[in-house]
Amino acid sequence: MSRPNAIKNASLAALVTAVLTIPMLGLRLQPGGGLEHDWLLVLFACAAVFAVQLTGDRLGFLARLKPTFRLPAVVGEGGPWPYVIALLVALAWPFVAPRDWLDVSVLAMIYVLLGLGLNIVVGFAGLLDLGYVAFYAVGAYTYALLSLYFGFSFWECLLIGGGLAATFGVLLGFPVLRLRGDYLAIVTLGFGEIIRLILNNWDSLTHGPDGINNIPKPTLLGFEITKRASSEGARTLWEALGITYNSAYQGMALYLIVLLLVVFTLFVINRLVRMPVGRAWEALREDEIACRSLGLNPTTVKLSAFALGAFFAGIGGVFFAAKQGSITPESFVFVESAVVLAIVVLGGMGSQFGVILAALALTIIPELAREFSEYRMLVFGLVMVLMMIWRPQGLLPASRPRLELPQ
Amino acid sequence: MAEPMLQVENVHTFYGKIEALKGVSLEVNRGEIVTLIGANGAGKTTLLMTLCGTPRAASGHIRFEGRDITQLPTHEIMRDGIAVSPEGRRIFPGLTVLENLQMGGFFADKAQIEEDVERVFSLFPRLRERHSQRAGTMSGGEQQMLAIGRALMMRPRLLLLDEPSLGLAPLIIAQIFQIVEEIRAEGVTVFLVEQNAHRALALADRGYVIENGSIVLADSGQALLANADVRKAYLGG
Repeated sequence: MSRPNAIKNASLAALVTAVLTIPMLGLRLQPGGGLEHDWLLVLFACAAVFAVQLTGDRLGFLARLKPTFRLPAVVGEGGPWPYVIALLVALAWPFVAPRDWLDVSVLAMIYVLLGLGLNIVVGFAGLLDLGYVAFYAVGAYTYALLSLYFGFSFWECLLIGGGLAATFGVLLGFPVLRLRGDYLAIVTLGFGEIIRLILNNWDSLTHGPDGINNIPKPTLLGFEITKRASSEGARTLWEALGITYNSAYQGMALYLIVLLLVVFTLFVINRLVRMPVGRAWEALREDEIACRSLGLNPTTVKLSAFALGAFFAGIGGVFFAAKQGSITPESFVFVESAVVLAIVVLGGMGSQFGVILAALALTIIPELAREFSEYRMLVFGLVMVLMMIWRPQGLLPASRPRLELPQ
Repeated sequence: MAEPMLQVENVHTFYGKIEALKGVSLEVNRGEIVTLIGANGAGKTTLLMTLCGTPRAASGHIRFEGRDITQLPTHEIMRDGIAVSPEGRRIFPGLTVLENLQMGGFFADKAQIEEDVERVFSLFPRLRERHSQRAGTMSGGEQQMLAIGRALMMRPRLLLLDEPSLGLAPLIIAQIFQIVEEIRAEGVTVFLVEQNAHRALALADRGYVIENGSIVLADSGQALLANADVRKAYLGG
């Protein structure tokens, strides 16, 4: 672009910025009435936009700045030891972790579960789903309602909740089969909002915005993990173990349950992606027409990805409801979907290890920097932009296990 | 004479309001190599795609081994004896060569897949060398070999090839056409759509010429090669 033209464009952009920022930054309503103005902020914003517009085409150098640190390379199949060690560390963690960290760990594990589930849909099958939280909500409300009205137990609901979420996945899948890319994203976004609005407005069933309280905690090995047994004849885990109750123990029990769920999820997904259905997801992501030419039915392949992804969100939802003890539609807003999607993208689409790492990072870092929680989304956005510049394939990109032919 | 393997009868295909095929009829007999030549936009690829069910023929009939497949969904047509190496190759770029081939044998059992991979590797030794390479990183010729190999993994009785020579170096084209001949020798019937009319006609038993959505000429490959009109229109005089 020629010089005068660039200046003209930059000036125009600065002008638009001024129009936009004056009401937001420049003018402030006084508590006693009347307006106070502060032009400095507006000026600053305009100057920044002007500068970036003028030099924008030269900001490409950012992309050439390589980070100085190197992420460890993933070496193919290194035997079972890394997994065993990771599992042992995860198992030992609740017994050494401080109390409040245990709660964060449980939350992080829920996000690991959600990330792994969404990874099927977005990472493997390549279908952009912005309404993933809907399935999480379906799982949570399944447990809350079934235990409230019919007294179902946690472990029963785990399967029912997962199954129901999968059913919803298929229901969503049917109308969106023909869509891809942006259009698919928009429809799934709408679906997520529909579920939340139904939960919010169907007062007679879901108690609307008040949500559902007193959801029973899960049981472990048939024993309750609350302070006192809920009914005659029921025993708590602490009585069975002969120890006195301490509220930290409940956190430990919850952690172990969610760890179990995560290990189960990892195991199932690992098997799935090695099976033909997993290969079909990947092939569909790469080229749908080629898939059809090979006799694959894209409908079933897509629906299976939606259903399985939703199943794990449902399981996560059931556990979430049990852990919280009370849920409201407020827990299932769009931001949750965005966070889970960020986890998948940050970790590296299709990479299970990366997704776990990203889920831990995105839940633990905000806890470390509590005072900056207002800026959480801002930092999120910044991290995403930097990732796209430096490492678009994610922290730990999916590596294709090398297959050797028998010679 | 026995019933033809593939019989196309007065097929009309539309893209919206545009009539891309205006009543095409042709036949392919078991064991033949039949080629369809024509200029850009004449309807070659459309005919091939119509055979596969996408787009669906608006009228007319397509019979494969006596069975009417005109109205079947694509994935059902492709599961029983027909395979296609589509235009633009359409291999899975992020999957390895071996995984691409395995996708071709999606509905076969493990032993059959192993056997067929071996067969494809012996046809295309190049693919064996590259079996663990991501398919998208290979050269055009290698990708074309992979596309044909992947189609062969489906153990087709009829193989449809859409412009296998497109964008390839002459040496590679010669290689590909030689392999088509070998494939036929193994008992696979081949229907070849080509712009490279000279080579295609030299290889084929019979050929059809398509213009503006209609078949204008049908004869043996040699006769078409000698035909004055064909020479003028497609072989550069």
